Amino acid sequence: MATQHSRSAARLMMAPAVILLLGWMLVPLTMTLYFSFKKYLPMRGDSLERGLDWVGFENYSRFLNSSSFWPSVQATLLIVGGVLVITVVLGVLLAILLDQPIWGQGIVRILIIAPFFVMPTVSALVWKNMFMDPVNGMFAHLWRFFGAEPVSWLSDASVQSIIMIVSWQWLPFATLILLTAIQSLDSEQIEAAEMDGASVLSRFFYIVLPHLSRAITIVILIQTIFLLSIFAEIFVTTGGAFGTRTLTYLIFQRVVDSQNIGLGSAGGVYAIILANIVAIFLMRIVGKNLDR
Amino acid sequence: MGSIVLEKVKKSFGDVTVIPPLDLQIDDGEFVVFVGPSGCGKSTLLRLIAGLEDVSGGTIRIDGRDATEIPPARRGLAMVFQSYALYPHMSVRKNIAFPLRMAKLDQAEIDRRVGAAADILNLTAYLDRRPGQLSGGQRQRVAIGRAIVREPAAFLFDEPLSNLDAALRVGMRLEISELHKRLATTMIYVTHDQVEAMTMADKIVVLQAGVIEQVGSPLELYQRPRNVFVAGFIGSPRMNLIEGAEARKHDAAAIGIRPEHLEISQTEGLWKGTVGVSEHLGSDTFFHVQTNASAQPLTARASGELALGYGSEVYLTPRPEHLHRFDENGLRIA
Ligand SMILES: Nc1ncnc2c1ncn2[C@@H]1O[C@H](COP(=O)(O)OP(=O)(O)O)[C@@H](O)[C@H]1O
Ligand SMILES: [Mg+2]
Repeated sequence: MATQHSRSAARLMMAPAVILLLGWMLVPLTMTLYFSFKKYLPMRGDSLERGLDWVGFENYSRFLNSSSFWPSVQATLLIVGGVLVITVVLGVLLAILLDQPIWGQGIVRILIIAPFFVMPTVSALVWKNMFMDPVNGMFAHLWRFFGAEPVSWLSDASVQSIIMIVSWQWLPFATLILLTAIQSLDSEQIEAAEMDGASVLSRFFYIVLPHLSRAITIVILIQTIFLLSIFAEIFVTTGGAFGTRTLTYLIFQRVVDSQNIGLGSAGGVYAIILANIVAIFLMRIVGKNLDR
Repeated sequence: MGSIVLEKVKKSFGDVTVIPPLDLQIDDGEFVVFVGPSGCGKSTLLRLIAGLEDVSGGTIRIDGRDATEIPPARRGLAMVFQSYALYPHMSVRKNIAFPLRMAKLDQAEIDRRVGAAADILNLTAYLDRRPGQLSGGQRQRVAIGRAIVREPAAFLFDEPLSNLDAALRVGMRLEISELHKRLATTMIYVTHDQVEAMTMADKIVVLQAGVIEQVGSPLELYQRPRNVFVAGFIGSPRMNLIEGAEARKHDAAAIGIRPEHLEISQTEGLWKGTVGVSEHLGSDTFFHVQTNASAQPLTARASGELALGYGSEVYLTPRPEHLHRFDENGLRIA
């Protein structure tokens, strides 16, 4: 098939898609890079027509040296890491549970998947107002029922609350991928281990978990990419206060609240670099796992 | 020590009875083969003995001890699965050592036993490979290795050779027989292939729809099949079965004669017929001959030298001492 002729024809036909995708990616990227080297404060009268001042790396050093930068990196890693741990651990347990022959399996599976279809803004609002409200929330009622003082979740345990909300959203995804992986485990392997004298726990750690390792790395990789950019959940609940200002949120504040597009763009470039470091790191792990 | 006794063992899946109550005695050190057509319940019976399925009724005794309620790991049996069920993420060494690690043996003893098993099975050079890097026959040997290191009371094999090509199958058949002679441990071997059953077994158990049709040594089954089913199942090519007028001459509902017990002559004989397809194996030739004795063509075995063309006329004569007679229920008459 792959004659010289068919290959060049294929290239020609793919060209529009490739060009569109490249433009889609490259234009915003180039603009971000461009703005990051400019002083661009629209409220102070800077505009593209009048030309922007070149400021070199000043935006970059200001973003890095601002007192909010390192706390935001820390918050990002804390939230991403926390959500990953919770979704993977609970996802594995739920997948094992759902793999058992239970009555009404189909319906239970659909219910488990449901949170994934709720928009982030909506789910964050539901959590904020229905569960975590210190006066009328379900948790407050529950705490009072046991005679305890209700917790004001979003101010006293803000990072934990965000982790909880985001985990709730992403748990179905993890469960779904891990469930399909568990279903592909050869039942004879489990039986062989059973005959070899492996207890339930040994069977889990020696047979099931290694079988799931590939699926777990894929879950971690995909979730990290999406979790690095969570925004709505923070915007709706804490508005970045109480230590929940992630890198994404900090950039948003620089651009929209402070109206400093140059500074925000420099932050965006840092975010790209951070995401790529994480991606390379994860790709190596996945690559190692997929090679086998 | 590996005698296994089944008393009134029964198995149903929901409403479907796969194994009606069944009795069977397996002596210590015996090589027993369960043989029967696909879906007759051989694997189910083996899994009942292993403890991977719960019985619906009856008792399983291993070494005289009631093992019906004992979990699989503590029955002292080792199983080799049809798919080998090797652990893909562990090296061959770890695979073989797995049951020993689970039994919490000390490392020196584990190394000694794994080394010995690898020696017996010619796996020493492959100990650090993953199962995915081995050929079918080597994987089979790893599965057997994982079974022998446990020094079990009995080995259970479920169609272990069905994933191998024909040449390898013959080799592995010999190796397993050799292993049995060397270890002198009870082995229960499930297959649908009567050639494997005949060549390997001390005792063959012929199953049909969960019912034991006959138990006996290969030669007993070959020489004195208890009924029409066993007569047709054991022996290759199949025994010729003739019903109708010819059978009534012998006071039977059906008579059977094996291909090797039909004399072929071009001049005279009992049944006249014409030669159809001939199968040349070199040492032997099988002729399919259409005769007036039965509607089905009869198969006759001749030495490889005899050449008869398609459509040539021959006479077949059964040797009377090798004639099997069956009544209208399919049971053997005397
Ligand atoms: N877990 C099960 N549930 C329901 N039916 C089963 C199950 N396992 C086996 N069977 C049925 O039991 C019969 C015997 O199966 P099996 O023992 O695997 O046959 P064999 O190994 O002789 O080919 C088959 O008809 C099969 O459909
Ligand atoms: Mg089977």
